[in-house]
Amino acid sequence: MDIMQIVAIGLIATVLIVVVKSQRPELGVLLSVAAGVILFLLVLSKIGSIMDIIKDLTARAEISMVYLGTILKIIGIAYIAEFGAQICRDAGESAVATKIEFAAKIMIMVLAVPIIVAVLQLLLKLVP
Amino acid sequence: MGSNIDLIFKIAGVGILVAVLNSILKHAGKEEQGHLVTLAGLAIVFMWVIQLLANLFDQVKSVFKLF
Repeated sequence: MDIMQIVAIGLIATVLIVVVKSQRPELGVLLSVAAGVILFLLVLSKIGSIMDIIKDLTARAEISMVYLGTILKIIGIAYIAEFGAQICRDAGESAVATKIEFAAKIMIMVLAVPIIVAVLQLLLKLVP
Repeated sequence: MGSNIDLIFKIAGVGILVAVLNSILKHAGKEEQGHLVTLAGLAIVFMWVIQLLANLFDQVKSVFKLF
């Protein structure tokens, strides 16, 4: 039962963070980073197998792999940026967190532009 | 897996040790050494966490095909 393991790690980490943070706030931040990374690494292999299934379905539906690749990249960027921004916000640095989120939005926009252009071109073809 | 949860305990141990050493040194009137102990603990933990983060970024890159 992986979920039991994950909840247990989370609870142990929370107690340790509360203990350490009262004495040394900077080590508390690092501890929460480590806990977050470990929890995500535990589910990342499962995400990988889900991605394989989605790829298989995409190939069966004969949708271009370019679109799926873009969507996967956007999900990856969103997750990493959210992870960093949450840690900054936890440590009380909302300004840095907001900048990370802004940068992630720009990166996602850059990735999404080819799809938007493709949609617009399709629309132009439909309009006589 | 086993080494993963170990890291949390290791970081918490360093944190508690640094806090105790810091208060002992403060009582002994050696505040500068207390600061150095804090800095050393922070550097050690930083090395571990940065390696872990690099591992996370590599895995996310390979799962989401972010190259």
